Amino acid sequence: MTTTTRIAAVTGAVGSARTRVEGRDKVTGAARYAGEIPFAELAHGWLVLSTVARGRIRSVDDAPVLAMPGVLTVLHHGNAPRVETDYVGMLGRPNPVLGIFQHDRVPFVGWPVALVVAETSEQAREAAEALVVRYDEEPHDVAFFAGHPSAYTPQDNPMLQAETEKGDVEAQLDASPVVVDEEYTTPEEHHNPMEPHAATARWDGGRLDVVDSNQGSTWVASELAQLFSLDPASVRVRSEHVGGAFGSKGLSPHQVAAVMATTVLHRPVRVVLTRRQMFSLVGFRSPTAQRIRLGADADGRLRAFDHQALSLTSTVHEFIESSAVLGRVMYDADAHHTLHRLVRLDVPTPAWMRAPGEAPGSFALESALDELAAKCGMDPIALRARNEPETGPVSGLPFSSRNVLACFEEGARRFGWADRDPRPGLRREGRWLLGTGTAAATYPSGVGPSTAAVTAESDGTFTVRINAADIGTGARTAMTLVAADALEVDPDRIRVRIADSDLGPAMFAGGSMGTRSWAWAVTVAADELRERLSPGGGIPPEGITARSNTAEAIGALAKKERHSFGAQFAEVAVDVATGEVRVRRLLGIYAAGTIVNPLTARSQFIGGMTWGLSMALHEEAIRDRASGGHVGADLAGYHFAAHADVPLIEADWVDDPVPDDPVGIKGIGEIGVVGVAAAIANAVWHATGVRHRDLPIRPDRVLRAADGARHRAAEGARNA
Amino acid sequence: MAPSTSSAITLNINGEKYTLPVDHRTTLLDALREQLDLTGTKKGCDQGQCGACTVLLDGRRAVSCLQLAVAAEGRAITTIEGVADGERLHPVQQAFLDLDGYQCGYCTPGQICSALAVIEEHAAGWPSAVTDDVRPDAGVPALTAEEIRERMSGNLCRCGAYVSIVQAVAQAAEAAGAEVKEAAL
Repeated sequence: MTTTTRIAAVTGAVGSARTRVEGRDKVTGAARYAGEIPFAELAHGWLVLSTVARGRIRSVDDAPVLAMPGVLTVLHHGNAPRVETDYVGMLGRPNPVLGIFQHDRVPFVGWPVALVVAETSEQAREAAEALVVRYDEEPHDVAFFAGHPSAYTPQDNPMLQAETEKGDVEAQLDASPVVVDEEYTTPEEHHNPMEPHAATARWDGGRLDVVDSNQGSTWVASELAQLFSLDPASVRVRSEHVGGAFGSKGLSPHQVAAVMATTVLHRPVRVVLTRRQMFSLVGFRSPTAQRIRLGADADGRLRAFDHQALSLTSTVHEFIESSAVLGRVMYDADAHHTLHRLVRLDVPTPAWMRAPGEAPGSFALESALDELAAKCGMDPIALRARNEPETGPVSGLPFSSRNVLACFEEGARRFGWADRDPRPGLRREGRWLLGTGTAAATYPSGVGPSTAAVTAESDGTFTVRINAADIGTGARTAMTLVAADALEVDPDRIRVRIADSDLGPAMFAGGSMGTRSWAWAVTVAADELRERLSPGGGIPPEGITARSNTAEAIGALAKKERHSFGAQFAEVAVDVATGEVRVRRLLGIYAAGTIVNPLTARSQFIGGMTWGLSMALHEEAIRDRASGGHVGADLAGYHFAAHADVPLIEADWVDDPVPDDPVGIKGIGEIGVVGVAAAIANAVWHATGVRHRDLPIRPDRVLRAADGARHRAAEGARNA
Repeated sequence: MAPSTSSAITLNINGEKYTLPVDHRTTLLDALREQLDLTGTKKGCDQGQCGACTVLLDGRRAVSCLQLAVAAEGRAITTIEGVADGERLHPVQQAFLDLDGYQCGYCTPGQICSALAVIEEHAAGWPSAVTDDVRPDAGVPALTAEEIRERMSGNLCRCGAYVSIVQAVAQAAEAAGAEVKEAAL
């Protein structure tokens, strides 16, 4: 298999801006998403979720509901088909929430207890609301806070090494002339893609056919096959258009419910989640409580680095929000310690949400760096430059490429950083206090095995088959450009087919790994095809097809620290009267390998930065301790950034060649979020002189902090 | 005899008449999507909070999830499927396409329908919450980025495409004759 660097624009398709190939369908409403494909005899399923946080189901009174107009069945733990949850899938053991209706235990508010299926969605909904479920309740605990007495350090978690340690942190802290020791918190946050999760399942000639909205049809098909003990070849999952995902669209109870119902009813069944149901069924970002201790010499060189992060998980499954991983990449010190701890609560299991770990972790760490810079009297960028590691601080491995300082340099130039007076609380414009802040960004560049097929058609066009998922990233368009360069033909001659498990196994769209993984497979297949096409030779009616499988080449990849990097800059205005924080501008500069399509890549970076702004100022899910459920589980109660919250945001990138990588793509889906909340919080400090270590930076917190600062100043004056 | 829970109604959608039986509980949004196969109008929250289901009723924008289908009889309904002129995209659609004013595309039909109404509302001199001079004789305010953002704020986009959506609306509004200022074109 060839692994030469090939993406270096042959025809120049890669690197040139191109509008989305499915764009016309999206702006005319022709693009059909999962819940929008018509089927004859379609029945509608509506999930019923638990209203208690812990206990057992005593009864499901399905008889009155079965008598309601149009109701076809009510599935619950007393009658549902059995599923197998004792297996190891692509991402480890399945979340037990996929084993719906298998027992009477309830581990959180919003656990699926029944599915009502009816002829129409109106009938299903009314019947679901009428279904009486009785419980034997048990006491629950949903309260997350720093220092929770039952916190533990996870052992042997397959996804993450919980702790890393080198040197004596306490001794180095004692020896450090400058110390920062602070606690930071981030709240529970929810993905909330605009398209609610939806799946339609049916049996078609002995095969299970599922039309779904997901991040990877290979993944979903494989898990459904295992859950229902089916031959993997007898399961087909399609996911043509996906209305956003952000980590929430893998396996969820709605797909399992749809498959159960179609199996029982022998007709197609569609299950669509309501917005409210999404708050308990599709994962979320755990709240975090983080403590960071930095010890430095007067010139800013780090002697001690300690990042400890507490997050929550459910009582049924273990998920770690990997907030403390940043230090393993970004900063070295004589003594270095990172630790993740968990507390099990009676809540749903958290999941990956855009930049999992790095998003909340960077708020804490990049705020702490800013605090250290202020204590050392150093420019925050100079502090980061002083602590640039040569190799991975924990692994000792070389970086495949690391251009974070180039990002800061370019960003500082464009943002006008050189003119900044570092002193806080000095700039005022009417009732607004103004400030600027910066932070570093990083996110891993991973890759997963994929297969692809590229066909030279007899009419002179090419068909690329790769089971990619386009969740808004522009995957179809990116693969068109990658194939065009590999085949040395115009992109207009290329047709890309994605999002169908029958296309063969491929990586899912997650962990910023999709484009890199798929591009590799497409490039290898296209190279192979070119070798087989003789100049002037004819092409038979069925075309000529070359296939690839990157598993072996990926396995042979040299071990290195492979990451994207970036620098975030923010300018804010803080209203002294109302406490409102307005972001006036954001600039992000990234070093993220080859940028395939500048038009869609810029959108993705800016989208990530918009998430960072939203996280800094708006997003916060509130849990009621008494009921164990959410308060305001909807898009009014859970506000994420709207048009009026978002200023002009600019994103750009610096050259970042990755010499030993066959594709040179690093992945850009998540890094845009990383560091933005810290840059904004640092700007709020620069504006007001007050540190905000708890997100979101709400007006009430700004006002209380200002009051606190005034009281302290008055006390100081009295005591003087 | 129990009172009837369904009726046959006639809806005027994109200039065509559709006669259909509807359950009285059916929203205009569900009638469009599930009965008429007009799935371009999207369901994001079903509670009037996200704007994905925005359509035009007699030329003014409305969230179709909060409108019962039976109450939409006699109104001129425009959905995303009725915005283009045959194969020729409306300038607002073209601007979204050219400037990448979307990512996943799910909020896009609602954003575009809202944008059509925003451009009309602005041209008719309607003020917004950020308009400085709201006196009746103040005339049409300049269409700034701030004005566009304020007027489009009923349409959520989780991908975070707001920056290019605002630019797309500004470009289309300018092409339609609006005075556009500070909209970062």
